[in-house]
Amino acid sequence: MAKRSAPEVNAGSMADIAFLLLIFFLVTTTIETDTGLNRKLPPIDDTETEPPIIKQKNIFTVQLNRNNQLLVEEQLMELKDLRKAAVEFLDNGGGTGTDGCTYCKGKRDPASSDNPDKAIISLKNDRETKYGIYISVQNELVAAYNQLRDRRAMELYGKTLKEMEANYADVNWIGNKDDLKEKIEKVKIEYPQKLSEVQ
Amino acid sequence: MAKFNKKKSGNLPAINTASLPDIVFMLLFFFMVATTMRDTTLKIENKLPFADQVEKLDKKDLVMYIYIGKPQEAFQAQYGKESRIQLNDKFADLSEIKAFIASERASKREELIPFLTVALKVDEGANMGLVSDVKQELRKENALKINYTTKKGDVADN
Repeated sequence: MAKRSAPEVNAGSMADIAFLLLIFFLVTTTIETDTGLNRKLPPIDDTETEPPIIKQKNIFTVQLNRNNQLLVEEQLMELKDLRKAAVEFLDNGGGTGTDGCTYCKGKRDPASSDNPDKAIISLKNDRETKYGIYISVQNELVAAYNQLRDRRAMELYGKTLKEMEANYADVNWIGNKDDLKEKIEKVKIEYPQKLSEVQ
Repeated sequence: MAKFNKKKSGNLPAINTASLPDIVFMLLFFFMVATTMRDTTLKIENKLPFADQVEKLDKKDLVMYIYIGKPQEAFQAQYGKESRIQLNDKFADLSEIKAFIASERASKREELIPFLTVALKVDEGANMGLVSDVKQELRKENALKINYTTKKGDVADN
């Protein structure tokens, strides 16, 4: 008697089942955005101590009005020019003596900021300002800091800060991580992010 | 002679679809791996702004989400067209943020509480007034680590 082979299972509807599952997952899931601008809010200070006096020249005021217009240091400015203006202010290094800045490459204008440690960017916004515009401005200001930090890291260690941080997070990176952490901190201290969001 | 009498029908041969399920399963697995299930149903419009200096939020379990935006059309009759706050699955008032933060903190292990981050998912059309109020409320609760969630892109599109 001839050996009877097992009948083949019809797999024609397998594709339909898989499509059904696929469509279910497509509908119920979203690719979540998990990127953003990290900021730290200032704690509420109840103490009655006098705030330290900050020289006007060390403050870079950025204001946004209800019509989403940008006022930088009392002058109307376009968003695209903001990054350059912020870099110029932070990197000015106009101070002398102990206030001086050895690594700044700015114009050393005595009427602008003393050094990056003292330079403060103050961002004010109106209640009617659009959130999207506010984020654009925040982004440009953070970009100014990142640009200066990257430049400094490039000078000192031949790598951008982003690369160094990526190395630090990378498990397979070969090298001294404590040393790297110190280097990252050093660059961050030389250009500290002093961005005040006034209420 | 039957041997040489090949059938010459005009029909096209059927395409073999045996590998189709494999392809579809591959797609399915890609989507299962690359996406996460929505844990809250959005009742507001939430079109995030763009930024290019973004950092990645790691440790997803240590993030609290606050959504702000205009109510979706289905809810506009009830809640109006002004921007509202959404916490978890429902609309909330400013005063409810305090309880929200407290409950989120209570659900985490104590040593992890300082690492909790608040992700503000704000619609790009929202007004800063409400966002400032939320920020002030967060300061009161001492939840100081915040993240303005943005999409990666050019700021000129905002």
